[in-house]
Amino acid sequence: MSLTRIYGLFLRHFYLITRSFPRILDLVYWPTIQITLWGFISNFFATHTTYYNNAVGVILTCAILYDFLFRTSIGFNMLFLEEIWSRNFTNLFITPMKIGEILTSLVITALIRSLIGLVPAILLTSPLFGISILELGIFLFFLFLSLYIFGITLGILVSSGLLRFGPSFENIAWSTMFLLAPFGCIYYPIETLPEVFQKIAYILPLVYIFEEARNILINQTVNIENIYNAFIWNSLYFTLSIILFYYSFNAAKNKGTLINMGE
Amino acid sequence: MKNLIEVKDIKKNYGKKEAVKGISFNVQENEILGLLGPNGSGKTTTIGMLLGLLKPTSGQIFINNLKLENHRIEILEMINFISPYIELPKKLTVKQNLYVYSKLYKVKNIQERIEYLSEKLRIEDLLDSITGELSSGQKNRVSLAKALINEPKVLLLDEPTASLDPEVGDFVRTFLEEYKREKKISILLASHNMSEVTRLCKSVLMMKNGEIIDQGKPDDLITKHGRTNLEEVFLKLSRSKSEFN
Repeated sequence: MSLTRIYGLFLRHFYLITRSFPRILDLVYWPTIQITLWGFISNFFATHTTYYNNAVGVILTCAILYDFLFRTSIGFNMLFLEEIWSRNFTNLFITPMKIGEILTSLVITALIRSLIGLVPAILLTSPLFGISILELGIFLFFLFLSLYIFGITLGILVSSGLLRFGPSFENIAWSTMFLLAPFGCIYYPIETLPEVFQKIAYILPLVYIFEEARNILINQTVNIENIYNAFIWNSLYFTLSIILFYYSFNAAKNKGTLINMGE
Repeated sequence: MKNLIEVKDIKKNYGKKEAVKGISFNVQENEILGLLGPNGSGKTTTIGMLLGLLKPTSGQIFINNLKLENHRIEILEMINFISPYIELPKKLTVKQNLYVYSKLYKVKNIQERIEYLSEKLRIEDLLDSITGELSSGQKNRVSLAKALINEPKVLLLDEPTASLDPEVGDFVRTFLEEYKREKKISILLASHNMSEVTRLCKSVLMMKNGEIIDQGKPDDLITKHGRTNLEEVFLKLSRSKSEFN
């Protein structure tokens, strides 16, 4: 692994973001809108239902966590798509960058992109709604880490599809998160889902993350098992995504996608 | 003279379609080899295989005596490529693009290298310009600077002067001649511009339907086929073959 090359690719995206005010605005705008909206919904539910009586910030906290996942996944895909749109894809893949270096650089850049969007939104929650996500304590770090890994995993899976099938796979890039969201039990307990859907939900790390966030906020207790399960499933999916990415890269070399990308 | 590119019986099939049908050739140090052929003849596929972007169905490629299959990363460090069909990130400035690629190729003395190439390619005044806002002639010279940023031993050029006005085209050709002479690099030039090929290339390969249908020095081919220039040779070979296909 070469840190210089990892830094070089990071720099390419850093320049892109910092050169364009609309891009920065776009990164900050959607999380802020999302969190403001959920903040008001959260306030409404807190005063009109008994379920959220003890924890005003449950919905809002879950909205912030979900947005972080969404931004990480979309952010990773965007970095990959950016190379296709700018017709720079071939230039990148004829440099001596190893696949591991490309992935590492994109993983770091995706995190920074997500934080640029999310930090201002999180800071807004306290003055606007009197809620601090930091109430989750040290476990907040583990929940964020789990979501980050899963977001990156989804990003790598979609990028594998882009490598294998070319730009026509782009639409899938935008729809992945929406497909998984109902099974993630972001805003409701898993019991809300029909039994068949519950079985699907239990093989995703998301349900354990959001169940645990609610558990900490509502019951003021910590169930380590949920965090552990999330990491187990995350490790499995992350490993599979890396294997699939290498497989897709080799398939693209056989099929010729790398040389025709962007055309 | 040392062979920097050695291609041994490479084939590339896409399913049942044979895009390249077992071609072999060498390019020596300090040599420019022309790769000619009509659209769909297999030139881009051949270049793709040399760049490691495409895996040959069979055959072997050696760059500077290293087998591509086993030394892809080392080879990519000493090779580079330009084509009008690929671009540098449009929103970055020229200098940022060159800096990024310097990092990706782990260039030492980045500032010096950028200054050297900027001066040689007359892009000093463009360094702070947005790449996407340049004219095609300016973009071409910037792409060439990127292609030389790692001081490649092997340069692959796919229609390097396509869409350039005659003056810029001539500047690029003169630059390539001088650079090749100075650095003793190997260049594989795929082009449809026959006067360019005649001027730059020591020898040429004529491809059609994935095969090499003729090869030799431009003057020898002109004499052999009883024509007055390389374009007529190209047309004769393309048409006569197609009558039988």
